Amino acid sequence: MTEVATDILRVRNLRKSYQSGDTRLEVLRGVDFDLAAGEFVSVVGQSGSGKSTLLHLMGLLDAADSGEVVLAGTRIAGLPASRRDRLRNTCVGMVFQSYHLLPELDALENVMAPLMVRHGIFEWLSVRSAVRARACELLDRFGLGGRLHHRPRQLSGGEMQRVAIARALVTQPQVLLADEPTGNLDEATGAGILDTLCELNRADGLSIVLVTHDAAVARRADRIVRLAAGRVDETCPAAERKAG
Amino acid sequence: MYKLLLCWRYLRTRWIALASIISVTLGVATMIVVNSVMAGFSHEMQTRIHGILSDLVFESHSLSGFQDPQWHMDEIRRAAGGDIVGMTPTVAVPAMLNFQVRGQWVTRQIMFIGIDEATHAQVSDFGRYLQHPGNRTQLSFDLREGGYDTVDSQSETTTPTRPALEGAGWQHRRMRVERERVWREKLEADRRASEAALPVAAGGSAGPARSIDQQVDAVLAATTGDEPPVASPAADAAAATRADPFRQARPEEGTRMDPAKEQFTGIVPGIGLASFRDSSGIDRFLVLPGDDVKVTFPTAGTPPKAVSDSFTIVDYYESKMSEYDSNFVFVPLATLQRMRGMIDPQTGLASVNSIQIKLRDGADLDVVRDKLRKVFPADLYAVATWRDKQGPLLAAVDMEMSVLNILLFLIIAVAGFGILAIFFMIVVEKTRDIGILKSLGAGASGIAGIFLGYGLFLGLVGAGAGLALGLAIAWNINSIRVGVEWLTGQRVFDPSIYYFHRIPSIVDPFTVAWIIVGAVGIAVASSVLPALRAAGLHPVEALRHD
Ligand SMILES: Nc1ncnc2c1ncn2[C@@H]1O[C@H](COP(=O)(O)OP(=O)(O)OP(=O)(O)O)[C@@H](O)[C@H]1O
Ligand SMILES: [Mg+2]
Repeated sequence: MTEVATDILRVRNLRKSYQSGDTRLEVLRGVDFDLAAGEFVSVVGQSGSGKSTLLHLMGLLDAADSGEVVLAGTRIAGLPASRRDRLRNTCVGMVFQSYHLLPELDALENVMAPLMVRHGIFEWLSVRSAVRARACELLDRFGLGGRLHHRPRQLSGGEMQRVAIARALVTQPQVLLADEPTGNLDEATGAGILDTLCELNRADGLSIVLVTHDAAVARRADRIVRLAAGRVDETCPAAERKAG
Repeated sequence: MYKLLLCWRYLRTRWIALASIISVTLGVATMIVVNSVMAGFSHEMQTRIHGILSDLVFESHSLSGFQDPQWHMDEIRRAAGGDIVGMTPTVAVPAMLNFQVRGQWVTRQIMFIGIDEATHAQVSDFGRYLQHPGNRTQLSFDLREGGYDTVDSQSETTTPTRPALEGAGWQHRRMRVERERVWREKLEADRRASEAALPVAAGGSAGPARSIDQQVDAVLAATTGDEPPVASPAADAAAATRADPFRQARPEEGTRMDPAKEQFTGIVPGIGLASFRDSSGIDRFLVLPGDDVKVTFPTAGTPPKAVSDSFTIVDYYESKMSEYDSNFVFVPLATLQRMRGMIDPQTGLASVNSIQIKLRDGADLDVVRDKLRKVFPADLYAVATWRDKQGPLLAAVDMEMSVLNILLFLIIAVAGFGILAIFFMIVVEKTRDIGILKSLGAGASGIAGIFLGYGLFLGLVGAGAGLALGLAIAWNINSIRVGVEWLTGQRVFDPSIYYFHRIPSIVDPFTVAWIIVGAVGIAVASSVLPALRAAGLHPVEALRHD
């Protein structure tokens, strides 16, 4: 049980299946997975192998059929919805392939959104300036200092993804879950995003799970986990650790 | 916090939703206007009814009434105590009014009401409804020389709508008598001339030469069975007065009164009995103050007999309630009692058939009524408040108002379905954003809150705009009416139908508050379903949605 303390995320025998009509599609058939604090892991696998599904389960966006997910020492199975929402808000930052920014809000507001969600209106008034400063700082760090008040549709894909990363980080989460963050971007821009993630991992000690099907991208991580046939394919050793 | 921000952003970027609340706006505006105008009409009507009827009416069931009103008034005062401010006895009988217009006899069915000219104005607004300024301060049944209002004193207009009243009064009476004299002399001359020419036919032409007044007198006398009035010089004056109710009314009977200098007993008919309003809003009069009319009414005897007498119109009564204005004719109480034989020859006590009671301000009418009902046996006397008397009419107005309100509220309910449909659209359109918010940790209640808040915002905006529009219309309804009439050339509000010169409108803050609350409530209620649907979306599926 001592490892629980160091593992930010522990997944045990996780199963998930989808019922469509009378066919049952078993996507995850007992996945075991650990993420140590400060670790950068990529999850690879064929399209349809269940990478996104696993990520959603770890990010508390979906409920598994069986098995357990322990996030920051908390078993999430059976938690009431409000606690799950809270945990998702405080412990997890998520980045998606198609950015998923709110089109009605500008870059800065998008970054502040998770904290708006966290705080009620009166609380918000008291933390507003601190949050704003933090959001500005993050955007500044990602080179978006001059685009604070641009709407998502006025930004390029790379810029939107950096806003999304800033949004994921503004809550100071314990783990960042990224689902093909470079999937929609050209190579150079994608590389820039990856550099940003590596930098965050190295400098801030952020734990990252990066889903990708691009082997080159995956290699940037400390460890690669391959999903195949609904399980973690152990044939791929954690040898591709990059020298820090 | 995000709820407010997103609500606000959605409100600013989704104009389609604003379209859906235009019907809320219109519904609210219509409800405010309709309620204000209805309340205005209702209030106008109530004050008028109340002005005509006193607070409480104490009456006997029979037309012959009850004796000794003074004793009854003392008893009433004893029973009701300090609540009573004024009382006046009245006698009301159904009667028939006849007058001559260009040689044609016009007959009207009326309520002939004997009133005490000194005290009647104390219990009701009776005085306010008269056309002579002098009569408004103190009613007199003596014909005035002139000076009747040509401008309706109860309306705010300053245009004279009754030019005919200019010449009314003694001046009119003298002119008419003079005209009649000239006419009669001409007839007489013609008759003499034709007699001279055709002496054989003289007997046949004598009949038609009798004045029509004389003919009607004769006919009426024949139908009532009364003797045609003749002089009885030697009789005991008091006895004769009691025996023959016509004595006092026509003191100069037999000596042939001079109509240019004298009048019959004065009466005040309702203005609707002898006038009509033409399409240009001018009142035309069939007879004027100063003209004589005949009234036939039942006596108090058993069985009642019809008697008839001449009266002189001294003023017109206009309560603006057409029911009363085309029905009531007021006459001095003492005269009517005498003519109907309501004065007991032995005791000299007069009878009345009702007592009008005015209560102090703030007195509970129903409580006093019930007190009086306890004291006076119900099989002899009826005690009613003015509301009781007009119960069916007031109830009808209330009913009309509730039905209208229900119908208009349905309009807002229809708007609610519009909001529902548009909100569902927005939820579908925003599915991905809802997924994003959920991935950021927003709870179901928070997501529902966005849409409920959105509905609330829309409701408030719609109702607020409706409030502004409704109030603007309600407060300026008469200028709007004038504008519409000018634009279309059509009369929107015909004063000859309504007896009002302007559309009354009263904005009741309580009603308005209810309308606003109702409209906002409907907007919120119709956003509940879309909000629940948004809250129930599965985050992963929402995120996959494009
Ligand atoms: N709601 C659902 N209903 C039915 N099947 C689903 C549902 N969601 C996902 N699946 C199926 O689950 C499988 C795994 O999907 P998932 O999105 O996790 O794959 P992935 O590994 O992320 O693929 P990709 O690399 O293309 O993103 C797929 O075969 C998909 O069709
Ligand atoms: Mg995927």
